[in-house]
Amino acid sequence: MKSEKTGAIDRDRARPMLYRPFFWIIALAVAAFAVVPLIGNNVQLRESLLLAAVYITLASNLNIMLGYAGYINFGSIVFFGLGGYITVYLVSAHAWPLAAAELAAGVAVSVLALVFGLGILRLRGAFFALATIGINQGVQAFVSNFEPWGGSAGLYLSTQIFEPLGGAMRALWVIYFLLVAVMGLSLYLSYAIKTSKFGLGLIAIGQNEDAAVVLGVPAPLYKALAYSLSAFLPALAGGLYFFKSAFIQPSDAFDLSLSTEAMVIVMLGGRGTVTGAAVGAYLYEELRGWLLTSETFSNFQLVVSGVLLLIIVLFVPGGLMGWIYGRWPRMKQVLE
Amino acid sequence: MLGIIASIVDGVLIGSVYGLAAMGLTLIWGVMNVVNLTHGAAIVAGMFALYLLTSALDLSPYAVLPLILLGGFLVGVGLYWIAVHRMIGQPPLMFLLSTFSVNLVVIGLATAVWGTGLFNVPVSLPGVTWQRYTFPGTHLVAAALTAIIAALLYLFLYHTRLGKAVRAVADNREAAELSGIPTTRVLSLAFGLGVALAAAAGMLIATMFPFTVLAGDAYQLKSFVVTALGGLGNPAGALVGGVALGLVEGFAAQFMPVSWTLVIEFVLFVLVLIIFPRGVFAFTRS
Amino acid sequence: MSALRLLAAAAMFFAAPAFAEEDTLTIGMTLSQTGPLNVDSVAQQRGAELWRDQVNEAGGLKVGDKRYKLRYVTYDDQSQGGRVQQLYTRLIVQDKAQFLFSPYSSGLCATAAVITEQYGRLMLITGGAEPKTYTLGNKYLVQVITSADHYLTGAIGALQSKSPHAKVAFVYSDDPFSKAVTVAAREQAKESGFSIVLDESYAPATTDFSPIINKIVTASADALLGGGHYTDGATLARQIYDQKANLKYAALLVAPDSPEFASLGEAAFGITVPSQWEIQATYKPEFGPTGAEFVKAFQDKFKIAPDYHAASGYQGGIILQHAIEQAGSIDADKVVAALNAMDVTTFFGHYKIATEEGHHGLQTAHEMVLAQWQKKNGQLEREVVWPKSAQTADILYPLH
Repeated sequence: MKSEKTGAIDRDRARPMLYRPFFWIIALAVAAFAVVPLIGNNVQLRESLLLAAVYITLASNLNIMLGYAGYINFGSIVFFGLGGYITVYLVSAHAWPLAAAELAAGVAVSVLALVFGLGILRLRGAFFALATIGINQGVQAFVSNFEPWGGSAGLYLSTQIFEPLGGAMRALWVIYFLLVAVMGLSLYLSYAIKTSKFGLGLIAIGQNEDAAVVLGVPAPLYKALAYSLSAFLPALAGGLYFFKSAFIQPSDAFDLSLSTEAMVIVMLGGRGTVTGAAVGAYLYEELRGWLLTSETFSNFQLVVSGVLLLIIVLFVPGGLMGWIYGRWPRMKQVLE
Repeated sequence: MLGIIASIVDGVLIGSVYGLAAMGLTLIWGVMNVVNLTHGAAIVAGMFALYLLTSALDLSPYAVLPLILLGGFLVGVGLYWIAVHRMIGQPPLMFLLSTFSVNLVVIGLATAVWGTGLFNVPVSLPGVTWQRYTFPGTHLVAAALTAIIAALLYLFLYHTRLGKAVRAVADNREAAELSGIPTTRVLSLAFGLGVALAAAAGMLIATMFPFTVLAGDAYQLKSFVVTALGGLGNPAGALVGGVALGLVEGFAAQFMPVSWTLVIEFVLFVLVLIIFPRGVFAFTRS
Repeated sequence: MSALRLLAAAAMFFAAPAFAEEDTLTIGMTLSQTGPLNVDSVAQQRGAELWRDQVNEAGGLKVGDKRYKLRYVTYDDQSQGGRVQQLYTRLIVQDKAQFLFSPYSSGLCATAAVITEQYGRLMLITGGAEPKTYTLGNKYLVQVITSADHYLTGAIGALQSKSPHAKVAFVYSDDPFSKAVTVAAREQAKESGFSIVLDESYAPATTDFSPIINKIVTASADALLGGGHYTDGATLARQIYDQKANLKYAALLVAPDSPEFASLGEAAFGITVPSQWEIQATYKPEFGPTGAEFVKAFQDKFKIAPDYHAASGYQGGIILQHAIEQAGSIDADKVVAALNAMDVTTFFGHYKIATEEGHHGLQTAHEMVLAQWQKKNGQLEREVVWPKSAQTADILYPLH
């Protein structure tokens, strides 16, 4: 198993990205997301795919820390929320164009993640996990008191902000395509890391950090880099999501249950696999959409998440992709 | 000046109950070397137990405390044998995720049954008035009961054979096993104790403030902050840490809008985790 | 040949619904069946349901010479803004709602408004008082209740008549509604000659008010103005009583207007509340039921007395009905034009909205009263105490 896995990576690393089938599989998925809702102006499909794209983005980026390096980031949603706040603030208070605000948010959140990371990445296991919760709750408490960002009540955007994008209806499509692009980038980033030396180092850290250090892996640097990288795209996604909602408040932006759902998705799909995060997110989002409007079950969201996670952790720790690879080992050559 | 003193005193009263909540967490952590993320569920269970027992059975609120302690203990021991025992050998990552998911399921079921509304257990007790400030009777009684429970726990751990066995297992499980202590039974006992303490803390909190199903997570987080302050596996430290947290909250509230105290709490939490990984009040432990 | 007939029959079958006996008008909304906004939201929903049932029993909504049966599609927003947006999008896109009623609370109304404006649907705001929503540039929002900046005007006026130099503490929930109320109230308090000795907001989910109450005592405040919605308001009222803050006067938003507030017992006594409508109101309606008729119909259907949230839910319905009848159509633009032009009185009070671009939809004519919990024959009941022209009892002051 192990040598087969390394074998696959060696073979892959020998070939340029464009020749690897998985590269094109991702491209196909992204194209499907972009094109299918356009058929018949299917706004309903677009709305549910938008949520799926958000989940895929969050899960893929969480996978970098959780799946590769084995560090549980319970508070990963803080990047999403901060990205949202910075974007909405720059657009509303300083009239920045969306693109510039997004970029600024992404960079700012990555830098902040680096700073936080330097502090907490020396912690191991449970301590790290708890510290990430502390950071999310601390940021939420701070933003709830921060008047320039609206405090607990939040920030609103006027309907005029959609004018530069061609009016509300057109803007909703533009934002959707941008989010699909962010999702695509997340999948590519996840894939690129996995097939690189950097990724190899992260996976080594995930398996046995002390041994990895002894073998020469620069663990503190790699961990900080991974933490910071895993913040960039969720920040962009947050900016787009809250711009579209024209409204952001602390309890929505820093909602720990979204972090939890991202974690369930990563585990459900298969920790450490790129496909897993995507497939898991899509399946989970469909389930969630159904739960949202079901009369009897709308409050069962947490129970379902919890039960799924428990079953996976106890019985199928490899998740969906782990099970697929177990039954059809050939798939590993094509999917990641 | 008087206002500051009043706030500090009230902070200490409430903080002691936070300490009680954390005692359960730190005991389990110290003895079993695992982080129990179902702690929040245990606290909420104590809150709802109080609510159901007082409204359905019309019992007086404080009379219910021994019931909750006993019930919590039995549930904890049961949970240990059903679920936790199997997970002891697992890598910490998996243990964390499995207790986390059990917590989700319990809180999720409770949400489905009771919704996310606010529940209140009316407890009317005359308060103690000093100058123009009144300390609510519920706060005073809760702190007093916490002190009693803490004293009982101390007596158990340091003056009974079983208690010494618990401390031995916490110190070094292999050595304890070699000296003939039935470690798995001790582990189940410790887990039961931890859940009992958490449920008792939940009950006392419910006598002071209204609660929702989701309150468990908030108090679980406070328990972690307290445990970080007081040191792992150290119940005395947990109590001191709780009082310290309450003190900080009460003191800070006088000089800034009350809503900023939460920010201070979390900053403190992260800083303490980074700078004092073994707790600010950690007494020497190997 | 027979295949063609089969096809024709199938076509008739699918075309059939278009020729049904009556047409349906779908109105969408979310309500907070769970979460902290539950109590007030359900009351508002009941008012809306009473209207729907009365209209359907009378044969449907008359539009020109057609009759439309009213159909509601509702979802539970769980008091969360995030869900509101997803659900209103679904109501418009999937359930094809032609008109929308708002959720309850200013925060949720504002997020719903984003969606309804994006899709160009008319929404009647029956549960959101915050005025900021109307300054963001809208075409299809219509508010039927008094806006937040007038909420505490009556409470301040009443206090001034008893104690012109009172020391006032503002303690309010950090949410869009309560903040909007206090921004205006602060100015009014200063102009009335009060001194503001404490001014603090608390997180909406707060359950431990003891630090803030200690600050109220330290500041030697005579009067408390603030609160938020039901759950935090009721908790604050209870703890003020337990901690003996010894206030001479307290005006809390929203919470004391719910019949549930009486369950606080002694803690409820003397608390005043700014109210959009009370049972004792005596407006003469130009259309729709009188106050007494509304109260009776509501009590018959739901077995409890209506509060102002229920009344506002009902008001949303009869205002929409009148506008549709005036416009003679269910086209959104025509109905909005009718709503812009209306200047009417119903059992609920006056209705007229601002129509200029910077404030479209803001309610300008409706007025509020101040109610207070007093004891009548040993029972706790709400009396209207301000303005003097509408009062049913004198205001009790001081409380301690």
